[in-house]
Amino acid sequence: MTTGEVATPVVTTADPRQRRVARRLLKSPLAMAGFVVLSVAIVGAVFAPLIAPYGPSDANFGDAFIPPGAEGYLLGTDSLGRDMFSRILYGTRASLIVGVLSVLLALAVGVPFGLLAGYFSPIDSVVSRLTDLVLAFPFLILAVGLAAIRGASLTNAAIAIGIVQVPAMVRVTRSETLRLKGRDYVASAISDGAGDAWVLLRHILPNAISAVIVQATIAIPGAILGEAVLSFLGLGIQPPSPSLGTMLTEAQQYAAQAPWTAVLPGVAIMLLALAFNLFGDGLRDALDPKGGRR
Amino acid sequence: MAAYLLRRAGQSLLTLVLATIVVFAGVRALPGDPALALAGEERDAATLAAIRAKYGLDDSVIEQYWAYVTNTFQGDLGRSIRTGIPVRDMIVGALPVTLELSLLALVIASILGLLTGMLAAVRRGGPSEWLANGIALLGLSIPHFWLGLMAILWLSVGLGLFPASGHVPLLSDPVANLHHMVMPAVILGTGLAAVIMRQTRSSMLEALGEDYVRTARAKGLRERQVVGVHALRNSLIVVVTIVGLQLGNLISGAVVTEQIFGLPGFGKLTIDSVFQRDYPVIQAVVLITATAYIVINFAIDLLYSVIDPRIRVAGGAD
Amino acid sequence: MLSVRDLTVSFTGEEGVVCAVDRVSFDVRAGEVLSVVGESGCGKSVTAMALTRLLPPYARVTGSAVLDGVDLAAASPRTLRHVRGKDVAYVFQEPMSSLNPVFTLGRQVTEAVLAHEQVSRSTAEQRAVELLDLVGIPGARDRLRVYPHQLSGGMRQRVMIAMAVACNPRVLVADEPTTALDVTVQAGILDVLRDLRTRLGTAVVLITHDLGVVADVADRVVVMYAGRIVERGEVRELFRRPRHPYTKGLLGAVPNAEARERSGRLLEIPGLVPVLSEQPDACTFADRCPRASARCTEHEPPLENVAGHEVACWHPHTDDENATAGRPAERSSDA
Repeated sequence: MTTGEVATPVVTTADPRQRRVARRLLKSPLAMAGFVVLSVAIVGAVFAPLIAPYGPSDANFGDAFIPPGAEGYLLGTDSLGRDMFSRILYGTRASLIVGVLSVLLALAVGVPFGLLAGYFSPIDSVVSRLTDLVLAFPFLILAVGLAAIRGASLTNAAIAIGIVQVPAMVRVTRSETLRLKGRDYVASAISDGAGDAWVLLRHILPNAISAVIVQATIAIPGAILGEAVLSFLGLGIQPPSPSLGTMLTEAQQYAAQAPWTAVLPGVAIMLLALAFNLFGDGLRDALDPKGGRR
Repeated sequence: MAAYLLRRAGQSLLTLVLATIVVFAGVRALPGDPALALAGEERDAATLAAIRAKYGLDDSVIEQYWAYVTNTFQGDLGRSIRTGIPVRDMIVGALPVTLELSLLALVIASILGLLTGMLAAVRRGGPSEWLANGIALLGLSIPHFWLGLMAILWLSVGLGLFPASGHVPLLSDPVANLHHMVMPAVILGTGLAAVIMRQTRSSMLEALGEDYVRTARAKGLRERQVVGVHALRNSLIVVVTIVGLQLGNLISGAVVTEQIFGLPGFGKLTIDSVFQRDYPVIQAVVLITATAYIVINFAIDLLYSVIDPRIRVAGGAD
Repeated sequence: MLSVRDLTVSFTGEEGVVCAVDRVSFDVRAGEVLSVVGESGCGKSVTAMALTRLLPPYARVTGSAVLDGVDLAAASPRTLRHVRGKDVAYVFQEPMSSLNPVFTLGRQVTEAVLAHEQVSRSTAEQRAVELLDLVGIPGARDRLRVYPHQLSGGMRQRVMIAMAVACNPRVLVADEPTTALDVTVQAGILDVLRDLRTRLGTAVVLITHDLGVVADVADRVVVMYAGRIVERGEVRELFRRPRHPYTKGLLGAVPNAEARERSGRLLEIPGLVPVLSEQPDACTFADRCPRASARCTEHEPPLENVAGHEVACWHPHTDDENATAGRPAERSSDA
């Protein structure tokens, strides 16, 4: 028997399963609402330069503090007369970039470590000490340390957020690996003399991937909120680059005078995070073999 | 039991040692001469020499590390390069504010999260579950610092119910202290409450399906006892784990909350020290936070054995 | 004393309605052991739970279960709470999971006392010691502070019984109380049940699939199949002269203790218990029955007295057939 044949059940079950997952997702109104909001946000972010009526940093002092709905300014203007709508578009773009980048970083580090920890038990204890170590540095403290050493920037914010997400990614991958290691087809592949790397990449990773994707989807809203916090504190994206977090920092001063400058960026962050959370919850339920009961 | 705790203590200690190495290495990773960084503005030769001598910057890295560890554990965290005040004094002054804020937030979050989580599990499928789930999802998605800004805008500036910022020490005027603390604590607690609610709901649903819950009903216990005693006690084990894992988020949240509400706590110290490049303070703040996290999680392990007799009596349960 | 009439339980799930118990009627007399027998899924456990409505909220219960003039099937939740544990108590199959792992035995037994009696905690604790003593747990006083995981399965089941009899219930429902236990431990538990019946005069409803246990302790038997009662009568009479082909099959399927223990089920009758979504006007056993005729699939046989005890069958076994086939005890020695 070749290892290729051993893998067949995996391949044949994947297809109807994917279709079932898609069907369940489509049937969940909340997940679909999340999906729609996300699609709009992503399209808006990607095509921001085409959609935005103004440049994100175009100051027009004569038009400062125009309330939303006024002619020419859909969502009003801020203290420097910059168009809120344009700034929110670009800010969303930055949020999505940091959210996705940091989670990709967490995936790149967390998944290999999780696979190794779940597969080789001697590595397990080393990896769990390392994840304990990472967990001991709370997100902001880590970001503070990183900002102190390397300076505050979008990249460093993404790195700090990514590092914080690593332990959860390791945990999910590790437990999936442990679970799959006990499966018959993996055991038979091993007994057929398949190499460790082959078993990990060909048999375990493809089957662990759905749990990892769910974890990644759930991690993104956390990353987006993290970016907003760091930028708000001045540890992330630096002004005048538009970010929803820095918009709030600037709005703090004039919040009583122009409440929309403080309300709108927050609503944008919340909608983004909420959309990811709704979609992630729906995806998790759809992938759950016991799904539909929840 | 003893063996299990001993092993956990060993693991915690190892993590702590690793943490000191990371912090030590972090300061050495600063661009340029660490003596310059540690000296701050006073860059005359004498000060630099004193710093070099104190931290043994001309010694080997291992000797430097050892000096750093021994100094730290003797409570000598250095002096602020901005103010010259011993870092230890700065931290001792700031810590009570943060502890009070975090504890208040933890209490608020636990009460809110446990109650709504239980309600959602018991009233499964009803409007209460729907509402509780919706609020929890919002709680996970709202940026809390923004919620804080909105609260200031509405409750302080608009309605004048609470002071927008500032702090009164607990011992000098408890009422005024609480008046200042309530709003930040609630804001800090909301995120944790959402997490606790979701966890309570799911572990409660699981517990309610267990055989021992059926036994409790068959005994003729009131539904309140069945849910609030038999099911809840078992759910708490999982909830406590989650609270332990959320501790890092609580600390991060406290930093931001203090910044928004102008509370002179540990978090404000942290942020200020970064912008002033006050390296001794940053170093101390990072190490103390990590230590607190490790120690508290070890304490939570001890707490398990109080909640779950299977760990307490059987020993080495895993 | 306890009179069950036309008790029907249906569950509404994702796959539609499942009728688990179909118009079941029986009486339980004071001080007797009534055994309800059948394969897994025949509705015997659901019947037991339905008595005090320990079923999930999506279960629909109709009919009546009258205990001392009170219809439990129509009673308010408040009344039911007072009945559970006080008048009708339960011992469940899984001693491993039926006790709460995070509370001491003392607390769990005391709780059963305090649920229905206005006594002080120390009195209740004293009572707990007596109860543990009663069910044969050595060193009862010291065991109060012990947690369930520190006990063996047999000991836990004794604790379950102690909790069940804490308030001297009129009826003790024991749902497969020995199934999860070793054979040697089983005998001890059955002794405890028998002893309690004699000492306290408690009526016992013993639910089991184990005919050896039935022969050992029961006075009367109700045989259930696919949610319906197919045969009922005195133990000796029914075992000597089984009328229903299903009962006959069950008795024939008890070759020896070893095989029974190995399979844990009555696998000797070909086929499976059907899951019913309705109440068909037919004999539900017809598919598996060697004697089935067209009539069996067209009309439901009524439960009628046929020479000695009641049976629901169009083609019951006669005394002559039973005589030639030999008594079950003899058959089992053949096998």
